[in-house]
Amino acid sequence: MHVPDGFFTAAVSVSAGVVAAAGMAYCLRGARRELDDRAAPMAGLVAAFIFAAQMLNFPVAAGTSGHLLGGALAAVLVGPYTAVLAVAVVLIVQAFLFADGGLTALGINITLMAIVTAVVGWAVFRLVVRALPRGRPAITAASFVAALVSVPASALVFTLLFWIGGTAPIEVGTVALAMGGVHLLIGIGEGLITALTVSAVLAVRPDLVYGARGLTAPLELRNPDGTTRLAEPSAPAAAPAAASARKGGFAPFALAGLAASLVLAGVVSFYASGDPDGLERVAADHGLDAGEQEHGLGDSPLADYGVAGVADERLSVGLSGIIGVGVTVAAGGALFYAVRRRTRDEVGASGTRTGSADGPDRARA
Amino acid sequence: MGAGHHHTLHRPGDTPVHRLPPQCKLAAVAAFAIVVVATPRTAVWAFAAYAALLAAVAAIARIPPGFVLRRMAIEIPFVLFAFALPVIGLGERVEVAGLSLSVEGLWAAWNILAKATLGVVASILLAATTEPRLILVGARRLRLPPLLVQIAMFMLRYLDVILDEMRRMRVARESRGFVARDLRAAPVLARSAGALFIRSYERGERVHLAMLSRGYTGSMPVLDDRPVPAAAWAAALSLPAAAAVAAALAWTLG
Repeated sequence: MHVPDGFFTAAVSVSAGVVAAAGMAYCLRGARRELDDRAAPMAGLVAAFIFAAQMLNFPVAAGTSGHLLGGALAAVLVGPYTAVLAVAVVLIVQAFLFADGGLTALGINITLMAIVTAVVGWAVFRLVVRALPRGRPAITAASFVAALVSVPASALVFTLLFWIGGTAPIEVGTVALAMGGVHLLIGIGEGLITALTVSAVLAVRPDLVYGARGLTAPLELRNPDGTTRLAEPSAPAAAPAAASARKGGFAPFALAGLAASLVLAGVVSFYASGDPDGLERVAADHGLDAGEQEHGLGDSPLADYGVAGVADERLSVGLSGIIGVGVTVAAGGALFYAVRRRTRDEVGASGTRTGSADGPDRARA
Repeated sequence: MGAGHHHTLHRPGDTPVHRLPPQCKLAAVAAFAIVVVATPRTAVWAFAAYAALLAAVAAIARIPPGFVLRRMAIEIPFVLFAFALPVIGLGERVEVAGLSLSVEGLWAAWNILAKATLGVVASILLAATTEPRLILVGARRLRLPPLLVQIAMFMLRYLDVILDEMRRMRVARESRGFVARDLRAAPVLARSAGALFIRSYERGERVHLAMLSRGYTGSMPVLDDRPVPAAAWAAALSLPAAAAVAAALAWTLG
């Protein structure tokens, strides 16, 4: 799914770059707040893990194999901030060191594959976990749903960008159906593998799974005089609680927006899967194409979606481009505003270094 | 895209292009890519000019054409897509507007092919002439967020370690007779991924502690920030400047 140069108009590429930069600035703050000076080594190693995990090929059917995209997996394992950073760094390194994905399309790639997958995955994960009874099965099930939804959501945002400023003359409805349909299939595989991986980690080191941090029972210390007290949670486990307690009005707003987009994504995807003709056809195309490539499942869809239907009329790219850029820039501006406001709050609330040291105390209180 | 990535593109050498400071090369390639994308697709001669510029850079850097061509395989999915555009365009809606559609499809295919190819070649030349570590040093000198550059540096430094862990796990799996045939193999592979995550995460914790014991406070010391001579900037930026002239001509003429 690495978009090359020239696939989108320059205006859309630049706007997506602005969105990606704002999103990453926000996540850099979040990761620094959660991990403190551990942020760089931890996120770096997680990025290396994502890179390696993407090379793990999973056989899907005869001759076809897919690989993990990893946005939702990373969000469940290490939290949304670190996940966005890790996947974004993977994309940046791939673009600059491996010439994979266009440099001008880097903003689009980061927005689609790092921000959308991790944020949507995390939001869905939280919603499902909240709806289910506490326990490990709930975490596994939520990981499955999160990864399942994150992939078609990313595909639909791709479609949206394509509608705003794609350079290929394809009807946007067809692209949406084909992208949503195929990526629902891909999402099932992604969800399966994500859930299995999360449950494997849960079985060995449940304390490492960010999404399962509320599950571990507090350690009870028995004093010599017979009294018991609960051990204070260690700093990394407490930090997210403090962070979420500090979360202001932005988080509910973002979650509500995400929920709305998820409903949309779900509905459109169901329509796509309810259309046997289109789905079967794209699936066939996809299967054929995937046979030629080592990692067909994850990447080749783009090569095929367009094939499913090329329309006779080109959208009036000029006008819709202007509108779309306006919308995108407004979204980016809102993000920037939120980031700036939060920084001011933070600086006002606590000094530079004491803020993080305060974390556990505040959580305990 | 992840598969087949474990070797970087770097090709050591000692040419004027290799010797340029990395931040100059980064800025030049990024500017070049932007200029290429912003060029109107009808200006075919401008794209020929860009290709000639890149060929000149490759010649100066003594990068053989075969090397670049082999590495261009990465854009094959999009090449297939581009070739499909005009053909399928005709097949799909012949009765509505066959000719105009195919023209549009052809232009779109040309647009994607030309711009994607030029972008990929420029990126390959950058990666081939610059050591991976230096690319990130250049990014830091270009004032990218230091934390982001640090994350990328840690990733790069430990990438081979993690990939080796994965390779050892694969050897262990296969020496026990494991063959991934269909989706039933997924639990085994997922457990490998889980184990790999735990090993990566714990390694991250160890690395952090080791660095703390050496005085790490959250930022890396900068040792090698010498000012860059203006000549280097001029040499590097001559590529996007020449491209910009061509683009400006394309806009005014076309």
